[in-house]
Amino acid sequence: MREKGLSIIGTKAAKSAVETTAKYIFTVCSICAVLAVASITIYMIYSGAPAIFKVGPLDILFGTAWEPTSAEPSYGILYIILTSIIGTAMAILIGVPVGVLTAVFLAEVAPPKLAAVVKPAVELLAGIPSVIYGLLGLLILNPIMYKLELWIFKDSDTHQFTGGANLLSAIIVLAIMILPTVINISESSLKAVHGSLKSASLALGASKIQTIFKVLLPAAKSGVITAIVLGVGRAIGEAMAITLVCGSAVNFPLPFNAVRFLTTAIVSEMGYAADLHRQVLFTIGLVLFVFIMIINLCLSKLLKKGVSNDE
Amino acid sequence: MKNFKKIATILGVCTLTAAGVMGCGGSSEEAADSGADTGSAEGTSDSADASGEDLSGTVSMAGSTSMEKLANAAAEAFMAKYPGVSVTAEFTGSSAGVEAVLSKSVDIGNSSRNLSDSEKEEGAVENIVAIDGIAVVTNPATTTEDLSKEQLSQIYTGEITDWEEVDGDAAPIVVIGREAGSGTRDAFEEILEITDKCKYASELDSTGAVMAKVASTPGAIGYVSLDVLDDSVKALMLDGVEPTEESIKSGDYFLSRPFVMATNGEISAQSEAVQTFFEYLSSDEGKQVVKDAGLITVD
Repeated sequence: MREKGLSIIGTKAAKSAVETTAKYIFTVCSICAVLAVASITIYMIYSGAPAIFKVGPLDILFGTAWEPTSAEPSYGILYIILTSIIGTAMAILIGVPVGVLTAVFLAEVAPPKLAAVVKPAVELLAGIPSVIYGLLGLLILNPIMYKLELWIFKDSDTHQFTGGANLLSAIIVLAIMILPTVINISESSLKAVHGSLKSASLALGASKIQTIFKVLLPAAKSGVITAIVLGVGRAIGEAMAITLVCGSAVNFPLPFNAVRFLTTAIVSEMGYAADLHRQVLFTIGLVLFVFIMIINLCLSKLLKKGVSNDE
Repeated sequence: MKNFKKIATILGVCTLTAAGVMGCGGSSEEAADSGADTGSAEGTSDSADASGEDLSGTVSMAGSTSMEKLANAAAEAFMAKYPGVSVTAEFTGSSAGVEAVLSKSVDIGNSSRNLSDSEKEEGAVENIVAIDGIAVVTNPATTTEDLSKEQLSQIYTGEITDWEEVDGDAAPIVVIGREAGSGTRDAFEEILEITDKCKYASELDSTGAVMAKVASTPGAIGYVSLDVLDDSVKALMLDGVEPTEESIKSGDYFLSRPFVMATNGEISAQSEAVQTFFEYLSSDEGKQVVKDAGLITVD
């Protein structure tokens, strides 16, 4: 009614003051996030890099002997790096098909009532703390693995029995852990595919399955790839769950060997490590950090590509 | 509400009392300070209270990394009781610790082994403050009862891989140990003289994890500090000796080592702060600290 009376703070000057203040607050908040990333990056390089030069980059990255506390210590982490790469790759190989097909099921095949049960179950899976996965792996998976191990290697003289704590156990735990990520993102990208594509395909006489695999999945490709990359990120960065089931001895990553991942290498020895040993653990952290950075770069490229496709 | 009032009253009284005490204490402290300046004799203060809060000085330690837990716990507890004393501890290794005490750069040299004769000749005195005992545990289903030192070494270096070879039922041995850097692992490998020769199937990062793994894995063998033994696992006899406090104190059980706080010369020749530190360690309070660190006390 009386606009002037109401707008005590509505004058041009006051308005612009509010605007500027808000702008500064937003800027400060965003600077916090940037600062955190920048300081972590700087800190990782600052604390991880010295050991590389003290030990020698080749000795660290391509050495196979991890004996940090012996009289003549050696800090080779090749087996640890390989374990992380192979473990993650295998987990993806198992987890992605299951995840993507579950997503297809949820988005296209499942009767609504069933989907209403499966969908919350998947979301719950994402919320379970990783240490719980580890505990279940320790209590259920490891004994089964040990029986399998005893059966497979019953005539072997050279195999060292691990009691079921091996690479295979870790892979299975990781595969289950990446399921929710893969399922949720694949499903939403499948649902985002325009209905006209599906209708056209069906109208042309393609069966439902043909439509799913020849039309819908290719159309949702960028979303599915994003899901896979995020899954890789989750798998390679996981520590708590696999530290309980992987045996944590440094060995070449064969399915029934006890192995150590980049993450578990840091977790298991940080407690008592000193001096160069401790610095090398930071170097392992740096290697892991670089891996994650590469994955994130891939992801942002993919996402950009996805946007340009949509346009 | 009544309670709240009470508490408020008590708090108020406390504050007033504290303020009063501090006000009074200020002057007496000044007096003590000036006295110390002129006399500069440590510990001559006329302290009537037995808690010894007037004691001041420093106690510096250096040495064994295995004794880190004990040294830090003792330092913390001691400083809590004697706020005037500052206890510092560095962890450089047993030999370096003894060297440091001999060169008088520290008051106490921590050593997780007995002192050598040459070290004693140079004036180092061996004060055993605690004993670190390690038990070898197996899954309860294992039928083997007793291992010799040699058999145990061979199991951990991978020469013996089946319980059949050590009087048990045929089953593969799952060799479980601790991560590099762990004091228990250091001690175990050092005593058996198999440092860095062990072939572990599993390297776990805590005593609890070793216990859980051994308890749940048929054929598993592991080592833990003596104080955590329970019924979930079976403690083996070594050379026919049960792992008990008595057998360790008598020296019959070989998987143990002394924690030595070496001094340069007898304890009675040390500064008052150091003497008090040793007195504290042998008191009931000090023994509790030793026990809390998972060690066996000495009498």
